[in-house]
Amino acid sequence: MAKVELVVNGRAVKGEAEDRTLLVHFLRENLGLTGTHVGCDTSQCGACVVHVDGRAVKSCTMLAAQAYGSEVTTIEGLALNGELHPVQVAFREHHGLQCGFCTPGMVMSSVDMIRRHPEGLDEATVRAELEGNICRCTGYHNIVQAVLDASDKMGKGAVKAA
Amino acid sequence: MYETHYHRATSVEDAAKNMNAAEDGKFLAGGMTLIPTMKQRLASPSNLIDLRHIPGLKGITITGRTVRIGAVTTHSDVSTHAELAKLCPAITFLAGHIGDPHVRNMGTIGGSVANNDPAADYPTALLALDATVVTSQRSLPASEFFVGLFETALEPDEIVTAIEFTAPDKAAYKKFPNPASLYAVAGVFVAKSGNDVRVAVTGAGENGVFRADELEAALTKNFNAAALDDVTVSADGLMSDMHASADYRANLVKVMAKRAVAEIAG
Repeated sequence: MAKVELVVNGRAVKGEAEDRTLLVHFLRENLGLTGTHVGCDTSQCGACVVHVDGRAVKSCTMLAAQAYGSEVTTIEGLALNGELHPVQVAFREHHGLQCGFCTPGMVMSSVDMIRRHPEGLDEATVRAELEGNICRCTGYHNIVQAVLDASDKMGKGAVKAA
Repeated sequence: MYETHYHRATSVEDAAKNMNAAEDGKFLAGGMTLIPTMKQRLASPSNLIDLRHIPGLKGITITGRTVRIGAVTTHSDVSTHAELAKLCPAITFLAGHIGDPHVRNMGTIGGSVANNDPAADYPTALLALDATVVTSQRSLPASEFFVGLFETALEPDEIVTAIEFTAPDKAAYKKFPNPASLYAVAGVFVAKSGNDVRVAVTGAGENGVFRADELEAALTKNFNAAALDDVTVSADGLMSDMHASADYRANLVKVMAKRAVAEIAG
């Protein structure tokens, strides 16, 4: 068994898991954070994207043991004091979801994307950057609009705070 | 995934010691190939030895025109390195087009070259740049490091610690990615230093990455995309699969090479 110590959404957590336990299963089953989804099991769909030490990664392709000592942010950790994160607001305003299954990964990827592009985004960049996230409702158009809007609204100053 | 034992190595020596003690161990870097393979039960190593936290294996150092990239440096760190982008934009472009952003945040240059996937991007850069692979035991040129399909000159307990190369005068990388996997159906890296032209190809060869002699010969005489018009890339030894036939790949290699040359010749 592996000891797993993480800071998840600002809270220190300790647990034990089999060495082969994937981070996504540790988050969902040990911590009850079921907002992070498992979509494909083949490391392609991005529904499981979380931030590990500030970077978007597929939590289905990382062992919980590999994340030992890391800071993890999941979709549950984005809203602050009951206020949705600007990217969540934009997804709601632009109806950037249909069935919603891919949404946690889309939102986490988008937050990371906006952070990495403080100069702003255009449609082609957003589409290229969403290469690792699949929406099987094929609702990409509104997702792209939501990311562009969130990027604009967050501006350069707000990007750093995200 | 079958059961395994995870160990976070503290040093290269510690990693090698654990590998030698393991029944069927595997070194783990970013895990972007190994973990998905284990999930599909196509690999079942008894032990995973994580190299990612070994001090000194991460980061990019540039001295004059000499570049050293630590083995566990991620693709995203390579692709966003401003100084490297000025010196050798072809390699930062290549790193920025491996997989998707989440893969680039975990995947490492050392893992990519040690795995030597026949459609991986980095092996072309190493071969075309005449790079040196530095390991825990020795240094060897890329031409001796890449042996065949998923095969390298690495001994079982030998660890890639860094990649070193001298920045070329000019270089470019062009690939035709499979739209689903984003692996190269054909990828071509062209590097030019003085009159020396090196062309390396990935995604196409049955034995993995290779240098395209006929393209190099034509470009050495006349470094111009049009110089490749009359050159035929042989389909012998190229892969045929559900994505593309050997003949199609042979043509793609030429097209990608022409695009790379056109970018360099500007």
